[in-house]
Amino acid sequence: MRKVAIVGVGSTEFGELWDKSFRSIFLSAGLSALEDVGIGGKEIEAIYVGNMSGGKFIDQEHIAALIADHSGLAEFGIPAVRVENADASGGSAFRQAYMAVASGIHDIVIAAGIEKVTDANDPMEVLSTAIDQEWERFIGADLPAIYAIIARLHMHRFGTKEEDMAMVAVKNHRNAVHNPRAQFRKEISVEDVMGSPYVAEPLKVLDCAPLSDGASAVILASEEVAKKLCDDPVYIDACTQASDYFSIQNRRDILTFDAVVRASRKAYKIAGIEPKDVDVAEIHDSFTITEILAYEDLGFAKKGEGANLIREGETEIGGKIPVNTSGGLKACGHAVGATGIRQIVDLVLQLRCEAGKRQVNAEKALALNIGGSGATAVVTILSR
Amino acid sequence: MVPRFWRKIKYRYDVVASYCENCGNYYYPQREICPKCRRKGKIKDAKICDEGRVLSYTILDGKCIALVELENGTKMLTEVCGKVEIGSKVRKAFRRYGEESEDGIIYYGTKFVPIESDKKQKA
Amino acid sequence: MIGIVSYGTYIPRFRIRVDEIARIWNEDANAIKQSLGIFEKSVPDVDEDTATMAVEASREALARAKIDPKKIGAIFVGSESHPYAVKPTATIVGEALGVGNYYFCADLEFACKAATAGIQICHAMVKSGMIDYGLAIGSDVAQAKPGDALEYAAGAGAVAILIGKDPIAVIEATVSYTSDTPDFWRRDLQPYPSHGGRFTGSPAYFRHIVNAVRKLMEDHGYTAKDFDYAVFHQPNAKFPQRVASMLGFSEEKIAEGLLVRVIGNTYSASSLMGLCSILDKAKPGQRILLASFGSGAGSDAFAIYVTEKILDFPRNAQVWEKAKNGVYIDYGLYLKNRRMIR
Ligand SMILES: [Zn+2]
Repeated sequence: MRKVAIVGVGSTEFGELWDKSFRSIFLSAGLSALEDVGIGGKEIEAIYVGNMSGGKFIDQEHIAALIADHSGLAEFGIPAVRVENADASGGSAFRQAYMAVASGIHDIVIAAGIEKVTDANDPMEVLSTAIDQEWERFIGADLPAIYAIIARLHMHRFGTKEEDMAMVAVKNHRNAVHNPRAQFRKEISVEDVMGSPYVAEPLKVLDCAPLSDGASAVILASEEVAKKLCDDPVYIDACTQASDYFSIQNRRDILTFDAVVRASRKAYKIAGIEPKDVDVAEIHDSFTITEILAYEDLGFAKKGEGANLIREGETEIGGKIPVNTSGGLKACGHAVGATGIRQIVDLVLQLRCEAGKRQVNAEKALALNIGGSGATAVVTILSR
Repeated sequence: MVPRFWRKIKYRYDVVASYCENCGNYYYPQREICPKCRRKGKIKDAKICDEGRVLSYTILDGKCIALVELENGTKMLTEVCGKVEIGSKVRKAFRRYGEESEDGIIYYGTKFVPIESDKKQKA
Repeated sequence: MIGIVSYGTYIPRFRIRVDEIARIWNEDANAIKQSLGIFEKSVPDVDEDTATMAVEASREALARAKIDPKKIGAIFVGSESHPYAVKPTATIVGEALGVGNYYFCADLEFACKAATAGIQICHAMVKSGMIDYGLAIGSDVAQAKPGDALEYAAGAGAVAILIGKDPIAVIEATVSYTSDTPDFWRRDLQPYPSHGGRFTGSPAYFRHIVNAVRKLMEDHGYTAKDFDYAVFHQPNAKFPQRVASMLGFSEEKIAEGLLVRVIGNTYSASSLMGLCSILDKAKPGQRILLASFGSGAGSDAFAIYVTEKILDFPRNAQVWEKAKNGVYIDYGLYLKNRRMIR
């Protein structure tokens, strides 16, 4: 296994990009990543693209080839593959790209994520295909309902409050103010969250990440190639993935995402670090409770004590472990299949000290990308 | 979607789980391989108890979606008709879940209802 | 001895008061209560229908009988509100009960008497040795056009009667009286039934019940005195009271079974719901007269004799208990629950 580095990153803004098509969103993310590393594109040996549901959102499958074509790379006949793992598609595509380079099969590849959701009538319905259609969706549950059930039990068992969850949204909105690509660059208050209507009790509108259009791309290269291309490569110390029982009905304990626990423990081991060594993290806050659960499952807090981190400001910029300095899914936007790549882009900016007003002092960065209600988790650890 | 619904009728109309004769574990919903014993496992259908307790729940579009823990520890995501809290006792009920369309088939299945006597005892 | 081996009932939990319906249509609630003898009626939840109620009633009957569902050889569901016009309700019941696949099965329709016809069929099948047990079910979410006089009465409920040998109540005799009398009907593809107003009275309800019961008594040598209880189809409270007096039964003998006052007319389940409430109280050695009525028209009369076996039979929760345990809703919710607005 070779060392792999990220040499270029690019991302569109996230949000309701009414005037931009699937193709143009992808192109703009890809081109900005190429521009970032200063290459033309024909150096790229393979394309890995995370996308949850081209089929349902825009009636288009076979999108990897489409993307290869529209980015002009079909000209060179390079392989392109789409990776689908619900909203962990981006993270999963990144991992495939990482393995391709680490194994020596390719020297330089592009890992991208894209979702165009606003062309669909009911994007949340599409996102809810990430849960069990026969046994969860059939009985009327959707993705927010599953997280709401988890949230209520967390409140009941550990005393987590709706206000604690609200504080996650407040923090992430505050961070997004300084992110030029974020969907909601506007501060909100705990009262705003508490006053927003219930989506699925106890989760309210402002506890839920929006569904957004957007695309992100990163260029990965072997250490040797990376050193030739740039002088500030960001290294991938570990990129792991784990699965859990698909439905919460079969989980040992619905308050623990075993996939997150497993992927992160393995990643820490490979990277040779402990949770306390993580300086900055991008965590999949599809719902505010998801971020609190992740604090616990990633080992930032003990089980049941996740809310303490947000109460005590530990995950704010300036805190012990800043989380979602980008604004997270909640405020930067959740472009489903793009999210896992977008997290990497933002961490690379932090490690390169290019995060502007959001900048924190970081050596080690961690990304957690979750699929659906936790059946898939991808953890990536990066370092300068 | 008719065949997809029809195939699972047995498991929807009643609380029929999978039981592994090798390890004694119950699984709901039904599955074809025991995750604990894998190829050594022996899975068969088993009707399980009619009553359980609400482990957690949410209210979605006015409906109560709950994770119910049945007496043998099996957990089941289901709709509960009526007001409940965490810990409320519920029993199974045969209800409509929906329909394919106005002229399509009707989806019947198992929901749960609060056990009235349990409520009275608490009051 | 062949007869009722077990029974189960289901009454949905919601109720609407006659006053609430009258409020919507600017009618005199007291006059309606006076003339119909109905005060409130049962309303199903939005996710309940004839099939779901049939399953619930059947599950109670089976649990009380403590028999293996696979022993049931026949299922007949009588209703005039089958969820499908084509595709049986009875197969849904059979599947939900886990009866297996080798059983005789059909949906029956004869207005409000289809379920008593089902009892007669099951009785004959057990008697002939074709089956060991037969399940006859009456289940209806009674249909009535909003604003029609029927709306005050059209209730919802289900009864499942398990027929077999060694019963808690023997079916001693049964007689039917049938004629072609269009007193009440619903044309194909029409959502609500139509009726002949006062024509539903003497040429229909009274003529058929009286003739069926008189023939039963004549053929088998009973008089009204031989019966401890009587129960008749209950489109309202007045008709059964009048037919009882025509046949020589006192008010007391029909009082126990007169559920229409609080749950309305449950159509196919109506007379059987009354029968079950009587069985809830009945003692060994008592005899019950049951006479259903189905528009179109016909009446099935039965002489039912309670045996010692009823003493060990689990009879809780009792029908009256279920009938009285309602949650009141307003007319808007009633329309929603009945899926008349979506
Ligand atoms: Zn096993």
